[in-house]
Amino acid sequence: MSDVADRVKKIVVEHLGVEESKVVDNASFIDDLGADSLDTVELVMAFEEEFGIEIPDDAAETIQTFGDAVGFISNANA
Amino acid sequence: MFDLTGKTALITGASGGIGGEIARVLHGAGATVGLSGTRTEPLEALAAELGERAHVLPCNLSDFAAVDALPKQAIEAMGSLDILVNNAGITRDNLFMRMSDDEWQSVIDVNLTATFKLCKGVLRGMMKARWGRIVNISSVVGATGNPGQGNYAAAKAGVIGMSKSLAYEVASRGITVNAVAPGFITTAMTDKLNDDQKSAIMGQIPAGRMGDPAEIAAAVLYLAAPEAGYVTGTTLHVNGGMAML
Repeated sequence: MSDVADRVKKIVVEHLGVEESKVVDNASFIDDLGADSLDTVELVMAFEEEFGIEIPDDAAETIQTFGDAVGFISNANA
Repeated sequence: MFDLTGKTALITGASGGIGGEIARVLHGAGATVGLSGTRTEPLEALAAELGERAHVLPCNLSDFAAVDALPKQAIEAMGSLDILVNNAGITRDNLFMRMSDDEWQSVIDVNLTATFKLCKGVLRGMMKARWGRIVNISSVVGATGNPGQGNYAAAKAGVIGMSKSLAYEVASRGITVNAVAPGFITTAMTDKLNDDQKSAIMGQIPAGRMGDPAEIAAAVLYLAAPEAGYVTGTTLHVNGGMAML
């Protein structure tokens, strides 16, 4: 679990250029971390590649926060 | 002047007059080209003519499963996909009152929906690369309309609106999306016109002649080049002055 969180956090920090301390569970990519809608698409693409999973469009729409992403990926990998 | 060395380009409709010339010109500028079309034979002939850096990627654009697979095949063949030229197009002309649903739909499918699907399919790689060029071939009739071509004009106008919308979305990622709108160009498609139709057309063209496929290819080359990085969402009309838009 923590491994997933660390890897997701690294992607978010790199992609959005935000400070690691701001990437907390309930941090919204768009509202708190300054992402635009295309950034969220790119983040999902990056998650898919990092974890070798496929995130369908309807599932991607539910991933709004850092915690959402970690939760979804942990379940997908389980 | 424009150098595409190291770039990879997928051109649909490369078996046709304009598409073949686009492929030649992009290849001549140094690009590796993926030649797509329904008829394999002319694609093989063109690839043989071009020599190295040419890949044949047959695809029937009315087969949507094949369309979805094409970007991946192009990337497998060429290693990447930097430039997409949606050139393929069909006509099924008929008077509006006689136009069948099938004539309408087949033109929309190939000229608009396949273009949408291919644009969508190439974006992922371009977004990651932070560089991409999409050039969609529209038509002067998409802007002016043309009797007997309600379906074709709708599709070609649709391509322009779609290109602009996509251009907005991906401009910040170094991807440009533009359209080229040819007027009447000497190809197999315009050879089908009879002499009366041709002379009527000539009367509407200030340049007094039909265009050459090379004149369309030159416009595509410009929009595909690094130098055109600040040009996006535009439609470049290449029509001998037939419609000054």
